[in-house]
Amino acid sequence: MKIHEYQGKELLRQFGVPTPRGTACFTVDEAVAAAQQLGGAVWVVKAQIHAGGRGKGGGVKVAKSLDEVRSAAQQILGMHLVTHQTGKDGQVVRRLLIEEGAQIAKEFYLGMVVDRGTQRVVLLASSEGGMEIEEVAAHQPEKIHKIFIDPAAGLVPAEAAAVAKKIGIPGAAVAETVLVLQGLYRAFVEKDAMLAEINPLVLTATNRVIALDAKFNFDSNALYRHPEVVAYRDLDEEDAAEIEASKFDLSYISLDGDIGCLVNGAGLAMATMDIIKLYGGSPANFLDVGGGATTEKVTEAFKLMLKNPNLKAILVNIFGGIMRCDVVAEGVVAAAKEVHLTVPLVVRLEGTNVDLGKKILADSGLPIISGADMADAAQKVVAAARNK
Amino acid sequence: MSILIDKNTRVMTQGMTGKVGQFHTTNCIAYANGKNCFVAGVTPNKGGQNFEGVPVYNSVLEAKQQTGATVSVIYVPPPYAAAAIDEAVEADLDLVICITEGIPVHDMLKTRYKMKGKRTLLIGPNCPGLITPDEIKIGIMPGHIHRKGRIGVVSRSGTLTYEAVGQLSALGLGQSSCVGIGGDPINGMKHIDVLKLFNDDPDTDAVIMVGEIGGSDEEECARWIKDNMKKPVVGFIAGVTAPPGKRMGHAGAIISGGQGGADTKLEVMEECGIHIIRNPAEMGRLMQKILNG
Repeated sequence: MKIHEYQGKELLRQFGVPTPRGTACFTVDEAVAAAQQLGGAVWVVKAQIHAGGRGKGGGVKVAKSLDEVRSAAQQILGMHLVTHQTGKDGQVVRRLLIEEGAQIAKEFYLGMVVDRGTQRVVLLASSEGGMEIEEVAAHQPEKIHKIFIDPAAGLVPAEAAAVAKKIGIPGAAVAETVLVLQGLYRAFVEKDAMLAEINPLVLTATNRVIALDAKFNFDSNALYRHPEVVAYRDLDEEDAAEIEASKFDLSYISLDGDIGCLVNGAGLAMATMDIIKLYGGSPANFLDVGGGATTEKVTEAFKLMLKNPNLKAILVNIFGGIMRCDVVAEGVVAAAKEVHLTVPLVVRLEGTNVDLGKKILADSGLPIISGADMADAAQKVVAAARNK
Repeated sequence: MSILIDKNTRVMTQGMTGKVGQFHTTNCIAYANGKNCFVAGVTPNKGGQNFEGVPVYNSVLEAKQQTGATVSVIYVPPPYAAAAIDEAVEADLDLVICITEGIPVHDMLKTRYKMKGKRTLLIGPNCPGLITPDEIKIGIMPGHIHRKGRIGVVSRSGTLTYEAVGQLSALGLGQSSCVGIGGDPINGMKHIDVLKLFNDDPDTDAVIMVGEIGGSDEEECARWIKDNMKKPVVGFIAGVTAPPGKRMGHAGAIISGGQGGADTKLEVMEECGIHIIRNPAEMGRLMQKILNG
């Protein structure tokens, strides 16, 4: 689960990481009032969306008067901000962060992720602040310094200081940087984060270090023990179909194609998308109904897929293990009747009680196209979508 | 004759008195030699009860001492599952298979750290388990699709493993052992660990390796295969069509930071001499073709 920059900064402050003073706003008037209250002569008006690359897309503006704050807020609020992470339609800006301007001497990068290979939390630090870390990794990998953190010892001051010096933090600011690094690590562990980034961390003319941006992504499996993180959730930033799916414990991802897929198991669901593509079609979604699909879940899954205006055909691919094919077949029949199916439906069943499942489909009187195996079913659904 | 488990393995079930644990224990007992293999259950505060004749103990250590079980399978709910693994490791079991899906990643980081220097092996979490056909099944896979034979199967996914097994069995190619290593980012045994065992197993002739997007375990395994594997390997990677930055069901199935894409994995695997297949419906047939020379 992702959160906004202003929420991430709120979290960082709780762990002793300095950030600029700022206020989250939902209207232009709020933005101007916030700037007035912050005082000073320079403000930054920042679009709050979950995607990165906001500056390049025109979502971050510096204002040198309250009038400029007003016009910047007017421009940004409500805009469809397009970045390399939003897709071509962009994301509507509904929230702003109004911050005091910072005096920047130099910018650095700090990041933290869970490293699968070493099975440790890894700190990434670089002198190349403000850039995409993927870019730095591709072109100047020697500029990324890493610490694989021992979970028992935590991030020890000597290691943190060493990495601070390596990225070029001047001596006078090393002690404060160590506190920033340790604060980031504690926030990461205590809040069950999967990814955290301070990009950039800035060094001011007076040798202070400040987190100028904050990005967090939390482990959805650990949210049950963090109601304070769940409170940060902004449903406007998430895909409507994916939110709807999560209510029914379905794992759903919207894609660009026109063939709906309903599959049990994440690996088989991905493989089903792949085989559709292989036969010249294009999947409309990833949908894993899980191991314990009921008639209700299958019906909801159909409703979700049918909401997609691009949908031209549906492929149901089930390898029944725990999930019995007869139960799936009953679900498919009930769903097809309830939702008034308007597109061709191809069903491939295999595994536990497969014969009974096939009989239920055949006896239903519904125009269901039966797939003998995965390849046959994929070819049939691609053909059906093409003829639609 | 198989890897990790056989008909002489003695198993305890952690979380046996829960609904999920009961359902799957019943199925495992009913499979092949299961009645002799599944000898204990563990649920704190429920020691002294029994389920289908299998005695329940309060702790893993007690179950081990009383029954001689050296392997455990875990169906404990996610908030308590990592602690259940810890308990099995502290009791010095040979092998722990954690079926539970949804364990917080930071819990697994701590558990894996505690396992350093211990001899206990972990399979999972978030996995279907493992099976040696006609001998023993530990986990949630449908037993009846398997056939005894000489092909090893290792996979990060559940139903996609069944798909591979189903294709093999339909072609008359049986399996020596099938191992589901799970779909989580922080797990126990990886492809490479299982491949090493299959390489040394005199009764495994060839291996199907099923991977998916996310991480770089398949690449690491491929490089090991290139230098060490004496048997043919067929490889498939799910998620060629998956968009970056989206978690595809499994917590571990995500392309992030430009890493973990299916095409890169397939390229490395091919370079390392693995017989890659891009069509998931053709895994079994490619294996048959290779075996027939």
